Amino acid sequence: MHRRSLLATALAAPFVKPSIAAAQTAAPSRRETLLLVQEYGPNSLDMQGIGSAQPVNGVSLNCYDRLLRFKPVPLADGNGGTFQINELEGELAENWQVASDGMSATFRLREARFHSGRAVTARDVKWSLDRAVSIGGFATTQMAAGSLEKAEQFVAVDDRTFRIDFARRDKMTLPNLAVTIPFVFDSELAQKNGGGDPWAKDWLKNNVAGSGAFKVESWKPGVETIYVRNDDWTSGRLPSLRRIIARDIPSPSTRRALIERGDADISYGLPPKDFKDLADGGKVKVVGVPVPNALWSLALNAATGPFTDARLRQAVAWAIPYEKIMQASLFGRGIAMWGGDGKATTAWPQPYPYDTNIDKAKALVAQLAPGGITTSLIFDAGAATIAEPMAVLIKEALAPLGITVELQKIPGANFRGELNKKTAPMAINRFGGWLDYPDYYFFWNYHSNNSIFNISSYQNKEMDKLVDGARFAPDATSYERDVKGFIEMAFSELPALPICQPLHDVAMQKNIGGYQFWPCREPDFRYLTKG
Amino acid sequence: MSATQASPSAFAASLRHARHVVTGNAVTGLAFAMFFLFLLCAAFGPLIAPYDPLASNTAIALQPPSWAHPFGTDQLGRDILSRVVVAARLDMTVAIASVALVFALGGLAGVAAGFFGGWTDRVVGRIADTIMAFPLFVLAMGIVAALGNTVTNIVIATAIVNFPLYARLARAEAAIRREAGFVLAARLTGNSELRILLTQILPNILPIMAVQVSLTMGYAILNAAGLSFIGLGVRPPTPEWGIMVAEGASFIVSGEWWVALFPGLALMLAVFCFNLLGDGLRDIVDPQRRS
Amino acid sequence: MRTVALRLAGAIPALIGVILATFVLTRVLPGDTASYFAGPTASAESIAQIRAELGLDRPLPEQFLRYVTALSHGDLGMSLTTGQPVLDDLAARLPASAELTLSALLLAMAVAIPLGILAAVKQGSLADHACRILVTGGVSLPVFFTGLLLVYVFYFLLGWSPAPLGRLDAFASAPPTVTGFFLVDSLLIGDTETFRAALAQMVLPVCTLSLFALAPIARISRASMLAVLGSDFVRTARASGLSPRAVILTYGFRNAMLPVLTTLGMVFSFLLGANVLVEKVFAWPGVGSYAVEALIASDFAPVQGFVLAMAILYVLLNLAIDLLYGLVDPRARMAA
Repeated sequence: MHRRSLLATALAAPFVKPSIAAAQTAAPSRRETLLLVQEYGPNSLDMQGIGSAQPVNGVSLNCYDRLLRFKPVPLADGNGGTFQINELEGELAENWQVASDGMSATFRLREARFHSGRAVTARDVKWSLDRAVSIGGFATTQMAAGSLEKAEQFVAVDDRTFRIDFARRDKMTLPNLAVTIPFVFDSELAQKNGGGDPWAKDWLKNNVAGSGAFKVESWKPGVETIYVRNDDWTSGRLPSLRRIIARDIPSPSTRRALIERGDADISYGLPPKDFKDLADGGKVKVVGVPVPNALWSLALNAATGPFTDARLRQAVAWAIPYEKIMQASLFGRGIAMWGGDGKATTAWPQPYPYDTNIDKAKALVAQLAPGGITTSLIFDAGAATIAEPMAVLIKEALAPLGITVELQKIPGANFRGELNKKTAPMAINRFGGWLDYPDYYFFWNYHSNNSIFNISSYQNKEMDKLVDGARFAPDATSYERDVKGFIEMAFSELPALPICQPLHDVAMQKNIGGYQFWPCREPDFRYLTKG
Repeated sequence: MSATQASPSAFAASLRHARHVVTGNAVTGLAFAMFFLFLLCAAFGPLIAPYDPLASNTAIALQPPSWAHPFGTDQLGRDILSRVVVAARLDMTVAIASVALVFALGGLAGVAAGFFGGWTDRVVGRIADTIMAFPLFVLAMGIVAALGNTVTNIVIATAIVNFPLYARLARAEAAIRREAGFVLAARLTGNSELRILLTQILPNILPIMAVQVSLTMGYAILNAAGLSFIGLGVRPPTPEWGIMVAEGASFIVSGEWWVALFPGLALMLAVFCFNLLGDGLRDIVDPQRRS
Repeated sequence: MRTVALRLAGAIPALIGVILATFVLTRVLPGDTASYFAGPTASAESIAQIRAELGLDRPLPEQFLRYVTALSHGDLGMSLTTGQPVLDDLAARLPASAELTLSALLLAMAVAIPLGILAAVKQGSLADHACRILVTGGVSLPVFFTGLLLVYVFYFLLGWSPAPLGRLDAFASAPPTVTGFFLVDSLLIGDTETFRAALAQMVLPVCTLSLFALAPIARISRASMLAVLGSDFVRTARASGLSPRAVILTYGFRNAMLPVLTTLGMVFSFLLGANVLVEKVFAWPGVGSYAVEALIASDFAPVQGFVLAMAILYVLLNLAIDLLYGLVDPRARMAA
């Protein structure tokens, strides 16, 4: 069965051939062309497909449309925009209305056309959302995070009217329609080319069948992706850029050299040191957006190993050299998450009430583990630029307490396997939740469902009660009470010690404007300008 | 490679010749001097180093070379000079251990193949062919990735990668001597084949193998450095030249050249010295150069 | 023709060894491909489902059998990192690596052989020592370090070299594929602009790589030239009054090239390894960087495919060298 599907892919075209997309009018000039350099590009053109890597989000964003999108919120420094989880606007939807019982939403579709020329209908929306909830893997998990679980929830009322029946009252349902998973395919084109597969997985992996603002002109996995503007796009303001060349440049030093010499227009994924240098240097513009709902943290295993006692975890929290880490590992490209006053608010993330106080740490360890501790700390080799200096500083800081730490740098593929084992006594990890709610973060990280992100395997009935309470809180007051409750509990229980909230940095030439940050962190070419 | 018919009794003459080569060739002499310097660092590194190689001080991170820190400081404010000096021990260990291992394995297998011929020869030959058909660095990467990135595994990987070189050399040299006069004589006096192999053939080809040793030692260090660049090096924060160069390489473009340069220089000098040493040893062993 | 067939048959055991060794090696890799592929939020069931889909839940011998069966149909499997069939990926990337490696090999030969001969002819002179130090220095630096240094100096500081963006700068378009070698393909259609652009991109990576190959070639050239110059027939030629130049070029050179040819296979294998690191620094879309990324991600199929392709290439190259050997040395031709 699956052998056949593998063979079928082997027969499919390796690369997307230069399509009809080429210039209808004059060829795009350099001023209308953007050169972007990134570490690696998409490994598929279908973000719903299993195994799609991070950059595939960019394909979803630029080549497909969703029913809704987040409204751009200008950044304080005027260098671009970010988003607010609750502020939405229509993309394919002209308008929408939530029913008076709060258990369904009805969407009126715009008159939009797919790249194939066919009109977008409610049936296409239904097919696409059905696909997302049934394809399995990340897409289905992400849909479920907004209580979008079954195909029966999606109803094509008529050609241009579409309804979603809610499984339960969930504040995340509508925002979850604006992320990069529930995008809309040209279902007829996909089914026609699917070759017997009802979800056309292999074909959509290599072909775009959308209505988005850009088309893929050529895609050479691991080398470059070229996008051209869809001049007929009507679901938003027509982008000013007409052609995007996204090159994969694996070496960060080379990416920095390219942006600093002015050969690339925009550069993603540099080490924080380079972003700091570039920002200080002033030759190029660096836009740093605090990643909502994200933290670099040190997880201490609460279920097994030396740190099952919360007071020992507190001892470690008092010993972490926060300031040093911020300087030497993040080069200031983060927001401090230490030195809080211990009064929880509903903001997330927020500083924890710890600071570097080696005497407090020593006293706790002397009382609880007088014989000292020998343990190990794992981190992802793929994130070593930041995590390794962090780990080295933590190791050094814990040594005077009698805690001897062996550092283990784990190659990318093994890291997740190690986390799945749930036995690592200490781990450095970065987690970011797309849906910016504290209860969402806590549900993935500190809930007894013990997901892979609950690295410390922290399980506590009281915590669960508060987290679940907040997720489906009937009113603002009880929501606030539960959120403050679980954050305060995390202050003392410390399933993980937060170190800082990361900044998402992007370096660009000064003539590049309109930078827009989304939860998926990929560049949105629809807003970028070059002047 | 020409054959050396020296019997063990010529040892004293060889020694005299060695002294002649070392003193007569300035480059080889220099190589020997550098080699002893590295050995010195390896032996007494922690005593010589001016600072604790692991102690961080973020207040003075990424400082250019100065009187206090002649090689500058790295991202965590650690003294690069101290780290370079202390790293000598680990790098020398990796180089020497991996070469010793492959010397023993490859040398013995090759000698046996050359001396016995037949299926021993075929098996050793096939193994060597198979390893040679791999792109060597990728094979080393694969082994370290599969077994885990520890010093031991880096040593093992380097040894495996160099196996064909030693096996082939030893085989060729042993095959030449299989029917040599002194072997026939030993056989006539009733020695067993294994005994002849160990007491006659093996000592005879050791000098030629020794030349190869110093060449591969350089390669072993480079190999470890390459693995570090890919992220498969020794565990942090252990100082090791390769890792220091690999980490420092990301600071070259931003202008902090000293982070990579000094460990790179140490690494280069070590490899350089091993290579020149190999040439010198070859001159000592090669009868055509013998006066 | 029979020689070729015999040689190819002789390479089969080594190829089988490579297939077996790669298979075992990739299965020992500690990474869990299925859970990596399934993504962070995957449930245990979806991981198990993917594992079954990839055939990873079967016993190893069965997996091996499936692998070999697929291989005999020319199916190298799918890459999870690029999402494409490995065969297509390799076909698209091999020319890039081959062009780089062969150019580096040619450059290294052009520099190292004359150097080696010079060193041999003037044995013990200053030139000999200088040559020794130069080539040894070249091999003493890690390639990625040399590469980054060259980028820093020639691109970043001086601006002489074009941006290290891979095989062509972003706004140039690749010539239509005939050989896959941009230098050759651009000349075939007479597009000198593309030729120059491709050449400019190649200068730094080729220099980096060839620096690494100087030492072994120069060393063997010197040694074999020395041996030849000390041999009887050269002595005879000299005694019969031929000029030193004629002796070196007509008698010495030709005979000294035999051992050099044999080492080329070795040097090539060496360069393919170094290639992996150079491709990473220069964003060169070759097979080496492809294999490294796959290995780090525990993505078996590309690693297996890459090693197999390299092994075949290696066997073919050695075959070519053997044939060339026959051309240079009439005795070898007669023996065959």
